[in-house]
Amino acid sequence: MKIDSQTERRIIFIVLFIAVMLPLIFPIGWTSEVSPHVQMTYDMVDNTPEGSVVLLSFDYDPSTATELQPMAISLIEHAWKNNQRVIATALWPMGVKMADAAFQELLLKYPSKESGVDFVNLGYKTGGMVTIQAMGRDMKSVFPTDTKTIPYEDIPLLKTVRSLKDIQFVISLSAGDPGIKQWIMGAHDMFGVKVAGGTTAVSAPGFLPYINSQNQLYGLLGGLKAASEYEQLLGIVGPATVKMDSQSVAHVLILVFIAIGNVKAYKKRNSKKEGK
Amino acid sequence: MKRTIPLLITFIVGLIVISSEFIPHRPFSMINSTLENWYLSISGFAIVLGLLSLVQVNSSKVYHKAENWQYSLASLVSLVVIVIFGVLWGMEDQRGILGNGEAISAFIGKKPFDYLFDNGITPLSSTMFSLLAFFIASAAYRAFIIRSFESNLLMITAVIVILGRTSFGPMLTSWLPKSLSFLHLPNLTDFILTYPSSAAQRAILMSASLGIIGSSLRIIIGLERSYLGSDE
Amino acid sequence: MVSTMSVLGTWIGVFFTLSIFSFLFKDNPFYKFAEQVFIGLSAGYGLIYLIYNVLIPNLFHKLIFDFSHNVILLIPATLGLMMLLRLIPSLQWLSKYPLAVVIGTAVGISMLRYMQSDFLNQLTATMINPLAGATKVEIVGNFLLIIGTICGIYFFYFSRKKEGIYSVPSRIGIWFLMISFGASFGYTVMARVSLLIGRLDFLLKDWLHIIK
Repeated sequence: MKIDSQTERRIIFIVLFIAVMLPLIFPIGWTSEVSPHVQMTYDMVDNTPEGSVVLLSFDYDPSTATELQPMAISLIEHAWKNNQRVIATALWPMGVKMADAAFQELLLKYPSKESGVDFVNLGYKTGGMVTIQAMGRDMKSVFPTDTKTIPYEDIPLLKTVRSLKDIQFVISLSAGDPGIKQWIMGAHDMFGVKVAGGTTAVSAPGFLPYINSQNQLYGLLGGLKAASEYEQLLGIVGPATVKMDSQSVAHVLILVFIAIGNVKAYKKRNSKKEGK
Repeated sequence: MKRTIPLLITFIVGLIVISSEFIPHRPFSMINSTLENWYLSISGFAIVLGLLSLVQVNSSKVYHKAENWQYSLASLVSLVVIVIFGVLWGMEDQRGILGNGEAISAFIGKKPFDYLFDNGITPLSSTMFSLLAFFIASAAYRAFIIRSFESNLLMITAVIVILGRTSFGPMLTSWLPKSLSFLHLPNLTDFILTYPSSAAQRAILMSASLGIIGSSLRIIIGLERSYLGSDE
Repeated sequence: MVSTMSVLGTWIGVFFTLSIFSFLFKDNPFYKFAEQVFIGLSAGYGLIYLIYNVLIPNLFHKLIFDFSHNVILLIPATLGLMMLLRLIPSLQWLSKYPLAVVIGTAVGISMLRYMQSDFLNQLTATMINPLAGATKVEIVGNFLLIIGTICGIYFFYFSRKKEGIYSVPSRIGIWFLMISFGASFGYTVMARVSLLIGRLDFLLKDWLHIIK
């Protein structure tokens, strides 16, 4: 029976759809091993003293929230567990919403955390790297108010923060430009602020050269797998962990597709040779 | 003249920014930080320009009843609706010109702008990108074929990484003795990413940076002028 | 009423999700409609956040409520408005002035930052003692890092034709690039599948309530 390429495509789509769906309905419960770059990020947050002010930049939108939102939630939770205070900023307009959603979700678990004292959302700014550089000189000129329109000087958390240099570390959760790269260039390489990143898996290999002897990047979380590893380090079964079974099954399926595709190509080549 | 002055402005501004890196004192540092703050606002207007251009293109399609004009109308209507909601009642903690819209928020559970974000933008944008999963599966089947030594390298690395980054992969090689632990799939994946893959990525980064530095210089000294558009 | 609106919201989300997925079968009016609504809503969202988060606090508020201390902001405000004149053909030339300021600033900063971060720091990070690795694997890795970077850069050097012995490093550079592209492909698979999981999670959890 000969199947045309359009039908073949549709079969692939349906099989993938089912392969991803089934483990969501019937979880398997595989566990992950923690990779070194995730451990580095965890250690950086863990070794930061209590009371420190840290900055999370939400440089993504809902399209990549499946990968990045679990990271955001885990990182804020880790910082709050260590009594660190969190500033949220966004170089992407929809990042503001992502930050708010993460804080709202965690406030259910940590109701004592207070806006303006333990965390603040400073909102979105255009300009990417130029804006980060401006933050390195004077935060207030870039963020005159937070998203609730409270003036910078009236926010208790920001009393000790004049510029980026007063922040212990920056973690950019980034789905593209502007994002981690701009934070490395503007915050670390210019002002010496520690920078780590969380990114979509597709971008992760491109950021690895920054984890080097110059410490341009202190750690990197790449994709859903890294998010699940961070949840594992925190000892929680979060949104990333529950999705990893589906992820793993889909990976195996893609490998099966590659194998079938190659066998088919090999047979085709052979039959052509025989034809000659 | 209409091009000479802008070229001169680019040159002077670029020169000030570069000088302030090497002379971090007044007046350069002050001018530089002023320029940074201006950039924030002016680039904001640049985005507004892009949006207005989108409105212009779509309005023209609707007005001239071009092919598929109905879809342009859908785009315009959604843009106008979300903007009106945002202007009238704001979003989240931000007030609009009519305040916080308590009555309407009580009716729908949140501000109308936020409602559109949660039920419109979020599903649309995440589904749009999730389509790529199907296409990459199809590409893996059709195009990921061994043809040469180079494609072998590509394939072997991809297979190791795809397996190494699953929860299931480590189980395949967990039986390996400690002396061969570097062949354990997650370790092998980390090795590939940290060394050979990073080396190639670094080569790309460094080569691209040289290109960016070169083209930046060309813009500053006025050899590259295409960003200013035509002479009109 | 709130719960009705919440259910309606989920159904709107489901409608858009399925409309986009319908593209997998073939291009159709539902997909086209959803695509255009997405463009409109995203553009509108961007505009509103730009106004509330950038233009009002960083420009208009300062100019209106503290004019005497912020007179200088009239310059970016004027330049910004001049930028919008690009839409009027007869006054289009005026938009070149703000563009010149923006490009001059961005290009100056980019040049410096790329020079430092992507060239000098990457170069320094490559000049390591390969034998300083703690384990044999690290030592091998360090050698690969150095050789791969040098050969990779050599491959990107297009100014001279590489023949004979000169083509060897270029060939090795290609091998490293292939390994990197393979790793990137693996990670791309991971990223795309994750996004699909996210959507199916929405359909199964929020809509069908099959999973918790």
